[in-house]
Amino acid sequence: MKNKSIGVVETQYYTYAEQVKEHKLESGDTLGPITLAYETYGTLNRDKSNAILALHALSGDAHAAGVHRDQDNTGWWDDMVGPGKAFDTNRYFVICSNVLGGCKGSTGPSSMNPATGQPYALDFPFITIADMVHAQRHLIDFLGIDRLLCVAGGSMGGMQVLQWVASYPERVKSAIPIATALKHSPQQIAFNEVVRQSIMADPAWREGNYYEYGQPEKGLSVARMIGHITFMSDQSMEEKFSRRLKSDKFSFGFDADFEVEGYLHYRGANFVKRFDANSYLYITKAIDYFDLSGGRMIPAGKAINTRFLVISFKSDWLYPSYQSQEIVRLLKRRHVDATYCELNSTYGHDAFLVEVEEQTTLIKHFLDKTFNGYMVVESYGL
Amino acid sequence: MASEDIRLDHKIIYSIIEPGSRVLDLGCGEGDLLYPLVRDKQVRAQGIELNDKAIQECVKKGLSVFHDDIEKSLREYLDNSFDYVILNQSMQEVRKVDCVIQEALRIGKRVIVGFPNFAYIKSRIMLFFGGKAPITKSLPYLWFDTPNVRFLSITDFRDFCTEKNILIEEAHHLGEKEIVHFWPNLLALNAVFVLMKGKN
Repeated sequence: MKNKSIGVVETQYYTYAEQVKEHKLESGDTLGPITLAYETYGTLNRDKSNAILALHALSGDAHAAGVHRDQDNTGWWDDMVGPGKAFDTNRYFVICSNVLGGCKGSTGPSSMNPATGQPYALDFPFITIADMVHAQRHLIDFLGIDRLLCVAGGSMGGMQVLQWVASYPERVKSAIPIATALKHSPQQIAFNEVVRQSIMADPAWREGNYYEYGQPEKGLSVARMIGHITFMSDQSMEEKFSRRLKSDKFSFGFDADFEVEGYLHYRGANFVKRFDANSYLYITKAIDYFDLSGGRMIPAGKAINTRFLVISFKSDWLYPSYQSQEIVRLLKRRHVDATYCELNSTYGHDAFLVEVEEQTTLIKHFLDKTFNGYMVVESYGL
Repeated sequence: MASEDIRLDHKIIYSIIEPGSRVLDLGCGEGDLLYPLVRDKQVRAQGIELNDKAIQECVKKGLSVFHDDIEKSLREYLDNSFDYVILNQSMQEVRKVDCVIQEALRIGKRVIVGFPNFAYIKSRIMLFFGGKAPITKSLPYLWFDTPNVRFLSITDFRDFCTEKNILIEEAHHLGEKEIVHFWPNLLALNAVFVLMKGKN
């Protein structure tokens, strides 16, 4: 049985660093003003202790749950965020914001550069996961929340979770990093580089100055096709497409014969309509720069009070379980209260979005314990 | 929870563990042992379990668990990280018993080991008179589908501790529903030992 959705929601906007170039970035560059698009679900309680920050992945946005007025596209984590769901909006106040560098309402390379009146394009400074989290902290300050009950997210969202703990441990009561890593591996960087090269090899990219002419469609759609291959598993592709043909015989040409080809083309073409190519370049670079290994997340000898729930998926070869286990090993060494579970999904990396039932059980009870602690009950009968 | 529903070995371990201790349970299953300890004794507990369904049950109880293999899961922990490391009814499923016990003694101040006694009288009778691999309350499996890979008696384990210079601080011998006081190696189904590092 499917729980009902939160219903109609509206994106809001928060702008800070109004003075031009007020916000200092990890690279040493400055940026400003900065706008973050965000949505909230549920109600913040009186002592502001029930706030959860949901963090989106590479191509996500602030629209995590519900629907926008007169539109039917539900949020990217609608299965998990809503009344009675894993992040239960009857109990918790859930916030989701579009990342810095994004293209869904937050300041990014497609935003207007106040110095020129034109889109930033490649004048946009390089950003890191730490910069994204720093910007989110401004939003959380603005909302008047001192300590988040939980920060949660998968993939790049999981990196932001880890970065929150690294940057602001005292402001995070619990953390749920899903299908993510302490650092990007050479294989992951390699995929991102192919993605970037395919965008930049498209003449329509025009060194990033394509805004008057339209997106570098071919390059961006190939980039997304590569992404979608890495999000699935061998088994999930076999189940979804096998070797089925789009028509009843081979074309003996270079049209899409197989359903899997058609799927990738469709995904690529769709993506071009909704995502800015330069944002894709900047955000993949931010992911590649991410490295909280060694003592960078929790320095040796430092105690933190953040509880962890780490989740990985057996068939995820883009962010394999060994990377989640690296997080767990660090938490063990630092005596951090943590739970780790590798879920037995066949969906590959996509599992964090679609494997709802088991994630819901884990997250729901983990949050319950974090929020309420143990109920006091009569002593164990002896 | 009515007291008769609670396993005798769990009752004994529950009574051994001091309130507020740090406890690591190796092979914690669905968390039935850890849950009351956390609830009533404010124990800071961590479980390790290989079965993902059992992990879900632990999380439902509010317990913290790592999805891992006992034999690979201990090396990251610093010395004396825990007041107690528990190996209850899981030691006999471990291949490298010696390594696991030594590691448990390194990371825990005390190690609580609970295991089925292979020299229990009914086992002896089944083997001696029946000529068949014994099946008892504490060793309930057929030979071809048992998770156990180590079969030992209480005397075997005492010999092991002597040889490895491990101090036995307490020894509890369990029958079906009661403590066994006489001839434990013959009359006990299970044993619960509290171990400490021996002095050199």
